[in-house]
Amino acid sequence: MLAIVRPDAWNLPLLVHVAGAMLLVGALVVVVAAMGGALRRGDGAEVLTGLAFRTLLIGVFPAYIVMRAGSEWIAAEEDVPDDAGWIGIGYMTADGGLLLMIIASIVAWRASRRGADGPGGLGRAVFVLGAVLLVAYAFTIWAMTAKPD
Amino acid sequence: MSLYEWLLFLHVLAAFLLVAGVVVYGVLLLGPAGQPAARALGPPALALWNVGGLGVLVFGVWLALEVDGYELWDGWIVAALILWFVASAAGGRLGAGVREGQPIRSLDRSGVMLAIMALATAALLLDMIFKPGA
Repeated sequence: MLAIVRPDAWNLPLLVHVAGAMLLVGALVVVVAAMGGALRRGDGAEVLTGLAFRTLLIGVFPAYIVMRAGSEWIAAEEDVPDDAGWIGIGYMTADGGLLLMIIASIVAWRASRRGADGPGGLGRAVFVLGAVLLVAYAFTIWAMTAKPD
Repeated sequence: MSLYEWLLFLHVLAAFLLVAGVVVYGVLLLGPAGQPAARALGPPALALWNVGGLGVLVFGVWLALEVDGYELWDGWIVAALILWFVASAAGGRLGAGVREGQPIRSLDRSGVMLAIMALATAALLLDMIFKPGA
C-alpha cells in the first residue's frame, strides 16, 4: 500500500470535522455512562441524570455543529459525488443522529425533573438512544475510513 | 476490506476512544463532585483511555510498517510516539488513582495531568492530519 498524501487545503476542514466528531462521541459516552449510573444506583441518581442532560446540551450539540460544519467544508474541498456510498452513510448517521439527539434531550430533560425518584423509564430511553448513536457512529467511522462505494 | 483499511479503521476508532477517555476524565474533574459521578464515570474513563491508547499505538505502528512511504523514523511519526508517551505518562498517574478508588479531584496535580493529556492528544491529532514533513 502506497502512502497517500492529501492536498494541504483539505487538512484544516478535515481537522475540524474529525475533532468535532471525536468530541461528539466523547460527550455521548458521558451521557450513556452518567445515565447508566443513574439507572443502577439510588444515591446520586438525580445528580447523574442532570449531568446527562447538561452534557447533551453543552457537549453533544456544540460538538455536532462543529462536526457537521466540518463535514460540509471537507466535502466541498474534496468535491466528492453525493452518491458515493460512504458519503451517504455519513449524511444518514449525521442527520438521523441529530433527530435522535433532539429526542434524547427532551426525554433527558423530562427525566431530570423526576428528581430523587430516579430517571426510570425515561432514563432507560436516553441510555438506549445514546448507545444506538454510539454504535451508529462506530459504523460511520468504518465508512469514513474504508470508504465503500 | 484490505488489511490497510482494517488497520486504518481500528487506528481511527482507537483514537476516538482515546479522546472519549480525555472527555470523561475532564467531566470527572470539572463536573459534579461526589462518589456517584466518580463511580459512574471513573471506570469508563480508565477503560477508554487505556484501550484507546494501546490501540492507537499498536495499529499506528502496524500502519507505518504496512504502508510504503511511511517509516517509523519519519519526523511526524517520531513526534507522534513522543506525544503518545507524554500523554500516557500523565494518564497513567490519573488512572492509578482511579483504580484505587480515589476521587480524581483529590489526586495531586490532577488538573495539570489532565491538561497534559488533553494537549498531547490534541497535538497528536494535529500531527496525524497535517503530517509535517511527509
